[in-house]
Amino acid sequence: MIWVMAIMVFLTALATAFGLGMFAAANALDRQLAGRVTVQIVEPDARARDAHAAQLVAALRARPGVARVSEVDRAALAAMLKPWLGDAGLDPDLPMPAMIDVDMRDASDAALADVERTAHRIAPNQVRVARHARWLAPVQGLITSLSWLAGAIVLLMMSATATVVLLAARAGLDTHRNTIEVLHMLGSTDVQVARLFQRRVALETLIGGVLGTAAATLVAMGLEANIASLGSDMLAGAALAPRDWIALAVLPLLFVALATFAARTGVLRALAKTL
Amino acid sequence: MANIVQFENVGLRYGTGSETLTDVSFTLASGTFYFLTGPSGAGKTSLLKLLYLAQRPTRGIVRLFGEDAGTLPRARLPGFRRRIGVVFQDFRLLPHLSAYDNIALPLRIAGMPEREIEAPVREMLAWVGLVDRGDARPPTLSGGEQQRIAIARAVIARPEILVADEPTGNVDPDMAERLLHLFDSLNRLGTTVVVATHDFHLLNRIPTAHMMRLERGRVNDPTGALRNPPHELRQ
Repeated sequence: MIWVMAIMVFLTALATAFGLGMFAAANALDRQLAGRVTVQIVEPDARARDAHAAQLVAALRARPGVARVSEVDRAALAAMLKPWLGDAGLDPDLPMPAMIDVDMRDASDAALADVERTAHRIAPNQVRVARHARWLAPVQGLITSLSWLAGAIVLLMMSATATVVLLAARAGLDTHRNTIEVLHMLGSTDVQVARLFQRRVALETLIGGVLGTAAATLVAMGLEANIASLGSDMLAGAALAPRDWIALAVLPLLFVALATFAARTGVLRALAKTL
Repeated sequence: MANIVQFENVGLRYGTGSETLTDVSFTLASGTFYFLTGPSGAGKTSLLKLLYLAQRPTRGIVRLFGEDAGTLPRARLPGFRRRIGVVFQDFRLLPHLSAYDNIALPLRIAGMPEREIEAPVREMLAWVGLVDRGDARPPTLSGGEQQRIAIARAVIARPEILVADEPTGNVDPDMAERLLHLFDSLNRLGTTVVVATHDFHLLNRIPTAHMMRLERGRVNDPTGALRNPPHELRQ
């Protein structure tokens, strides 16, 4: 029973950590994307392009809803495109668009529309404005779905745990039928008999739960360290907060309560059918 | 002397077979001693099961302590059972508990504080002559020792009714005498004692005892007026 509980809690803790991480990632993505816009200036003439970019940066910085404006460094762009263009990316005559990242203080549609109007006013027909929220909406949707899926898995695992405990209690009642008969004949109540089962189940669940949670915590920490080493802003949002680690630590106690309740209910129901 | 047990036209049937007990009617007065005799298969054990509430009658009324035991709500059964001590034919000691803990079990079930349990349990161990065997588990005890532990467990809570199914079956004559003496002592303190036995030598050991005889599920001499077994049984 201890090892069964350890496995159940291990899987549940992993699902919980995954769900909490996805939830955090969805929230972080939401915060990052809601107010992020990238303006591209597509202009074959490099000098005109650079002039428009400078004008646009200055104009956007003056807008009330804008918190930060920065032009993406050409060298950085060229480095990103190097796998496809080689060193041609550094050629100043290559008509690469100028990219301006805009972080909004106010992420409302009105503020975003104001940025679009400003960009189109300065560089008409040469501007493409990409709202990150729209662009990454499918990704955010996927992350949200994954977090709900993790929640559903946690509920399924808890149901399975309760079922395992009920089956174990039933088996225990069969095994200890003679002992229970004697206890009844000596005047034991059903609750007294149920308490014997509860104590055993609670102890084994606690031990198994601690082992399972500890193992899951190590796995989660390892994964988090791996994710952090990737240097990805998007994946970094999936890191667990201190309250999430506390939630994981509390998981064994939750399982003890669930298993104890299941054992008590199962035993009392079975005993009610006897004399 | 109040009646502590009343059977009124009691019948008991297991499953769909014929009745094991048929039209059993008798009254046990409080504080009296009864021997229940009869051939094997007569229904002695079944009658005792009705007495210690391991079975409900199929028909008729079993009154215990003035209440209809057949219709008692299940939740009230433990309270009644704590007033009845039972010595089973097969001992039914809990093998994973020591002799001490087996004897202490009724007191623990009744909720006696642990610090108050030790004295009566030690006293009982001494009475049954097993002072040094308190830590032993039943599988390591002889049949006679197990029987003594079972009797100690049945009487430690000073039950109002003591039911014993062949209690001297596994002990030597000296120990049988001692056990009967214990039953007699309990009876003198007010416990109603019912002993099912094949051993006719016991029947004359308790001068004040009554006798009931079961034959094919029916009670012979319900009044318990017969002091001695019928002539044909002595042969």
